[in-house]
Amino acid sequence: MIVRISGEDQYLLEDSLHDRLNQLDSAVLATIDSGDEAAFDAAFKELLDFVRAQGSVVGDEEIETSDLILPPDDITLAEAAAEFTGEGLIPD
Amino acid sequence: MAGLTGRMSTVVKAKVSKLLDRAEDPAETLDYSYQKQVEQLQNVKKGIADVVTAKKRLQLQETSLQQQVVKLDTQARQAVSSGKEDLARVALERKNIAQTELQSLDTQVAELESQQEKLTDSEQKLRAKIESFRTKKEVIKAQYSAAEAQVKISEAATGVGEQMADVGLAMQRAVDKTENMKARADAVQELEAAGTFDDLTALGPGEDDIDRQLKSLSSKSAVDDDLAKLKGEIGAGGPSGETGELPAGGEADPVGEPTKEQSA
Repeated sequence: MIVRISGEDQYLLEDSLHDRLNQLDSAVLATIDSGDEAAFDAAFKELLDFVRAQGSVVGDEEIETSDLILPPDDITLAEAAAEFTGEGLIPD
Repeated sequence: MAGLTGRMSTVVKAKVSKLLDRAEDPAETLDYSYQKQVEQLQNVKKGIADVVTAKKRLQLQETSLQQQVVKLDTQARQAVSSGKEDLARVALERKNIAQTELQSLDTQVAELESQQEKLTDSEQKLRAKIESFRTKKEVIKAQYSAAEAQVKISEAATGVGEQMADVGLAMQRAVDKTENMKARADAVQELEAAGTFDDLTALGPGEDDIDRQLKSLSSKSAVDDDLAKLKGEIGAGGPSGETGELPAGGEADPVGEPTKEQSA
């Protein structure tokens, strides 16, 4: 599967890693609910680091559509929370 | 995937399909996409230029504040050697405020620097993809039937569209951050110019009584330099009323030193 880290790169990951990715994503979600900024930063970094470590970068000249897209690495808890409530990261 | 990733993916995909919706037939998809891609590339260039402009502006403010710090430091030293502890305290307090502002500016400049790098990187990626799309569309046109070509072109257009949406997001974030910093820089500048708030006006061109006193002290020190030095050596830090806080501009002279308004 192809996972994009927004503002960074696309990564090619083994499909078998999907469950682990899902776990990490849920962990991030839990920290958003708790409102704990430090916990959010740590959990989100773990998710990004997992993708960077497990994936291989898709070349710039290759045109691929991502299966999953992760927010940029400098996203704040407030921005992430807004994703679920209102305008979200990408306003229309 | 439900979480943050799922939501982000959905939003981006919605944006991409919206981007491509307007084209009906394959040729149109191709032309429309390519035209949009080139436009987007121009936008990114403009976005980078905006960030650079904002950065330069903050750097100018930094230079001005650095000069202010040097000036206040000099004035504090002069005040001490003249036995004017109150005045020295005020100068040091303002120097402190200027230094705090400087640190905050440093952070902002670094932030814009990183935004600039990100955008430049995004621009290169998008440029590479657009170039690739251009080559690919010729191959698709030559090798596939109309129906197949439509599918292939849609795929390629969606892929580039995703990159475009991503660059768009990076730009949006850069613009937001730049706007916030601009607003802050404007606010600081207005306060400086208006001369209303002591803690900030003292850093800018707005002069108040304290500034005038400090200035008068500087010019006096220039004249009575030797005398001041001597006083400093002999009876350093003469009588002083320790106020401990920054007097408001326009208040009565806190040191009992006659203010020489004309000596600037």
